[in-house]
Amino acid sequence: MSTIPYDFPDAHGHFGPYGGVFVAETLFGALDELKAAYAAAQADPAFRAEYEYELKHFVGRPSPIYHAKRWSELLGGAQIYLKREDLNHTGAHKVNNCIGQALLAKRMGKPRVIAETGAGQHGVATATVAARYGFECVVYMGSEDVRRQAANVYRMKLLGAKVVPVESGSKTLKDALNEAMRDWVTNIHNTFYIIGTVAGPHPYPMLVRDFQKIIGEECLEQMPEMTGRQPDAVIAAVGGGSNAMGIFYPYINQENVRLIGVEAAGDGVDTGRHAASLTAGVPGVLHGNRTYLLQDEDGQIIETHSVSAGLDYPGVGPEHAWLKDIGRAEYQPIRDDEALKAFHDLCRLEGIIPALESSHALAYAAKLAPTLPKDKILLVNLSGRGDKDMHTVAEKSGIQF
Amino acid sequence: MSRIQQTFARLDGQGRKALIPFITAGDPDAALTLPLMHALVEAGADVIELGVPFSDPMADGPTIQRASERALAKGMTLRKVLQLVGEFRKTDATTPVVLMGYANPIEAMGLEKFAQAASTVGVDGVLVVDYPPEEAAKFGAAMQACGMDPIFLIAPTSTVERIAQVAKIASGYVYYVSLAGVTGSGALNVDAVAERLPAIRAQTGLPVGVGFGIRDAATAARIAAFADAVVVGSRIIEEIEKSTVETACANVRTLVAEIRRGVDEVKK
Repeated sequence: MSTIPYDFPDAHGHFGPYGGVFVAETLFGALDELKAAYAAAQADPAFRAEYEYELKHFVGRPSPIYHAKRWSELLGGAQIYLKREDLNHTGAHKVNNCIGQALLAKRMGKPRVIAETGAGQHGVATATVAARYGFECVVYMGSEDVRRQAANVYRMKLLGAKVVPVESGSKTLKDALNEAMRDWVTNIHNTFYIIGTVAGPHPYPMLVRDFQKIIGEECLEQMPEMTGRQPDAVIAAVGGGSNAMGIFYPYINQENVRLIGVEAAGDGVDTGRHAASLTAGVPGVLHGNRTYLLQDEDGQIIETHSVSAGLDYPGVGPEHAWLKDIGRAEYQPIRDDEALKAFHDLCRLEGIIPALESSHALAYAAKLAPTLPKDKILLVNLSGRGDKDMHTVAEKSGIQF
Repeated sequence: MSRIQQTFARLDGQGRKALIPFITAGDPDAALTLPLMHALVEAGADVIELGVPFSDPMADGPTIQRASERALAKGMTLRKVLQLVGEFRKTDATTPVVLMGYANPIEAMGLEKFAQAASTVGVDGVLVVDYPPEEAAKFGAAMQACGMDPIFLIAPTSTVERIAQVAKIASGYVYYVSLAGVTGSGALNVDAVAERLPAIRAQTGLPVGVGFGIRDAATAARIAAFADAVVVGSRIIEEIEKSTVETACANVRTLVAEIRRGVDEVKK
């Protein structure tokens, strides 16, 4: 298989025109400290060894790949394989990154970690590693999300975290991120900010990608073992974009593998009620980096809509913006109703309840598979399990518990 | 000589320090912004920092966040802020106006287009909170090409190298953030601020303004003892919040005049 060179970001955190460090001067000291600590950790074999040990024994890696035979047969085209990140401890890919950042926090001697969360998955993963390593933990969550995700709020509290409802702005994920940044700038001396996705100021997009690329690295080995070759396409849902970067990154230089990111089209991209930043946004600056954003003509960030809280974000990681512009990855919108159909199909045909985020990737695979011959292979990142979404799905189906 | 340079030169000649109050344009509504700006000048403001509201003010504390939300709810935009400055200039040709805000509304308009529009209406300087020097080369050039000053922040955590980098591209004045936190925070340590000033002055001859956490005349006096300008923001916004539309200008005038007296206790 032919390979193409790819070496991003540059030393200043730029992916072409995207990424960078767009923060107030007050945060620079902390970001420089983090960059230095990460560089030292990368050069230290003991750090890598501890990260891998934790992934194996605490998270349960490697996660398997599963051939969704019945579903593929029914769709009547390409074979669909699922990378089972839903089987990780805490039920999603988020924990891979949290382990990595927690180990960095430990190296840096920071006794307190903070995080932002939308649906609560990253908050739960952060609370989990905080309990595991004995950190004080504060999770910022929009008050609207606190109301919608009561079960995850309770999970975080069980794990010893303090959950702070954020009342500003639209009271959702983006506002939680603003509030976490404000906490960080105020408590820089003792606090490590565990960002949950491949966004934020440099080095976060690179660092989170590096802690998630284990997903794709395992696939590179597992796919030939299972199928004798690499897949024809890799498909992943994109909100901020961490599960997608995790599975895409090791495949970027394998030019025969199509990379397909799937965005939340909500009620439909043409309705204005969606979260498809790459499909319908324009470049701008938010949360410390330049990337595609959903914004009005005056440059104010607009509210997003998706049945999946984890995709409900007006920006996207800067590396995805770059992969889109250079044509290395393509980004497709999937509506709420399409994602829900894929959710139900996977439940009934394969005995797997997928997260609504992952259901967007599944829905696109279900669209693409029938257009391809039966010997083609699609690899979908099943980024999380759907237990957390049962209330949402029941509500959409008119069922009350 | 720019209006900002003229202002600092005049004050220097008088042996006085500058007072720079901040308000958010459009808070609580657009109709009150002009009267408030004039009230600030009457109370002794030397430069006005006018906040451009943004939906995601990451570096601001709750007080200025609320001001931004009120202004946006009433439909304030960057274009309307520029119109307000144009109106202000019709009756005040001497008080410098510095816009303070975030990058995205400016990039949405386009850097060059913004720079031309802002200089045409009489804006003197622009401080973009999330443009650190590393990301500000185009911005700085666009501002200076239109005769405006790019204003930059320096923080307690800024290294000597970073202060030097700011000094290279800044003009007008530099703004020293007096504490590690967001706008409107408490716990200001005046002595710690005083200790940092020599390191900044070693890198730049520009006037140094100090802000974040200054809430009364007494603190303003202590800061003015070593800084060239005192910046006050959240405390003024709180006064506007406490007031009615009818009483806001009078209350702000009283507050700012009191802080002015504090600043003027210091003679060079």
